[in-house]
Amino acid sequence: MSDASFDPAAPLTPSGNLRRRRAFSRFAEYGATAAALAAVGVLGIVVFAVVVHGASALSLDFLFQGAPNGIGPELVGTAEIVAIGTLIAAPIGILVAVYLTEFGTGRLASWIKLTLDLMNGLPSIIVGLFVFGLIVEATHKQSGFAAAVALAIIMLPIVARGTVEILLLVPSNLREAADALGVSRWRSVLGVILPSAIGGILTSTVLAVARAAGETAPLLLLSSVYDPSRVSLNPFEALPNIPTTIFRLSEEASPEGFTQAWGAGFVLLTFIMITSIGARILLARTRSKMAQ
Amino acid sequence: MIVHGASPAISKFGLGFVTSTEWQPTFGVFGAGTVLYGTAVTSFFALLLGAPIAIAIGLYLSLLAPRGLRTVISPLVEMLAAIPSVILGFWGLIVLAPFVQKNIEPWLHDKLGFIPLFGPPQTTGLSVFTASLILTIMVIPIIASISRDLFLAVPRDVQDGASALGATRWEVVRGVVLPSTASGVVAASLLGLGRALGEAIAVAQVIGAGTEIKASLFETGDTLAARIANQFPGAITEMHKASLFYLGVILLVIGLVSNITAQWIGRRFDYQRAVAR
Repeated sequence: MSDASFDPAAPLTPSGNLRRRRAFSRFAEYGATAAALAAVGVLGIVVFAVVVHGASALSLDFLFQGAPNGIGPELVGTAEIVAIGTLIAAPIGILVAVYLTEFGTGRLASWIKLTLDLMNGLPSIIVGLFVFGLIVEATHKQSGFAAAVALAIIMLPIVARGTVEILLLVPSNLREAADALGVSRWRSVLGVILPSAIGGILTSTVLAVARAAGETAPLLLLSSVYDPSRVSLNPFEALPNIPTTIFRLSEEASPEGFTQAWGAGFVLLTFIMITSIGARILLARTRSKMAQ
Repeated sequence: MIVHGASPAISKFGLGFVTSTEWQPTFGVFGAGTVLYGTAVTSFFALLLGAPIAIAIGLYLSLLAPRGLRTVISPLVEMLAAIPSVILGFWGLIVLAPFVQKNIEPWLHDKLGFIPLFGPPQTTGLSVFTASLILTIMVIPIIASISRDLFLAVPRDVQDGASALGATRWEVVRGVVLPSTASGVVAASLLGLGRALGEAIAVAQVIGAGTEIKASLFETGDTLAARIANQFPGAITEMHKASLFYLGVILLVIGLVSNITAQWIGRRFDYQRAVAR
């Protein structure tokens, strides 16, 4: 840098190599920002398309009547399947989480954790095949119950993992206080730990419901041959449901069918967006409250 | 249970099933070659496109975005994962496929047509390429949210040290952030791959259920999961059903391998970090 023509009054702007490095860095920043905007943009485009096309299909008849005018039976059926799935998955998921945080140590607990992670990554069509072999082959017919079992398998790891995270936030002095009072372990779980975490447990269950409500692949194998013109309350026969309806209509390729599929998609997406956004907000609030 | 369902097909076709490209339900001839190829191609391109974008999003959310913007964009990116695959697939069928067929495919064919991958566009836009794009949209939120958490965990003082030595923001990322999280990012990408491999519904809607291996990405194809979804409800013979179960076994094995590898890398990564502290 011992340049003969060194000018102490020259402005302090980067030149040469440094300018190139800075420009590259700025270029990379713009690239990352553009990537984030693109993802949000795609979300916007998809939601926009569903809202625009779906809103025109929507009417009271569409929501409450059976085929061919509406999707009433499908709404009821989806609600039944998801409700039964939740009733199966939530208690087991919460018990697994309680075991992992309060009792489990060592090898068994780490195997259970690994199993939960692997269940979480299982393709849902595989879950569908599994339940098909387990229930439909045995009973020789599709049923809403089989679909509910498949959804329960999908929901279980979500509920368990969410509950574990919340239970880990329960202050340890609560546990120690209960221990010091001579309260037995299971009573401190029932009386102290679960009540203080109930909000977080409920919201992670709601997140699992939002995920399960849109699952299509298992339902296609387990509850897809049904009568869409009437409401069915018997879970031991194939129940009409929204996701397989959208799939069937999209394969049929008729304009009226597409309109109905947009409408059904709009209803499903609205439900999922509201539940998962709501659950996320509640979860964030519970976390910050418990972290204090 | 799935292996049990597949056992007639396994005992009849053996391992040759995996490489055979014949699939003719009416003649009772089945082979997984075509769908294995389709699965590999769609997942590969989804990851090739999706992983860099998702890592860039992770970098933006962890290092660049102002705090206020981050709390808005992070949940929005995760919302992308909440869109049910049947709705994304339906959107792909009605909106994306025609757009791709009219705009993107001709352009790629013009510029890169000398590569057999980019053949002439077909009439519908239902293609391996469109399926890859839909899968890209599905893997991005997974990889992005994991890599964001990884980058947030990189100690601030190491980054500040690099900046103090005169590194630009990109050089901090390239020299400090990425090397220290590399294995975690690989694990995240493998989790994304697992998602792409196993997606049945959205792919079934946009890939066009082709029955041959074609060189061009703009032709129709099929994947393991999509073929199960398409044909299982209407399987015509017991052997047909058993063969679809066999596809399920292959998918299960591939999916488990990629997930276990991801867990293993992730765990080693945790261990390394624990030692480094």
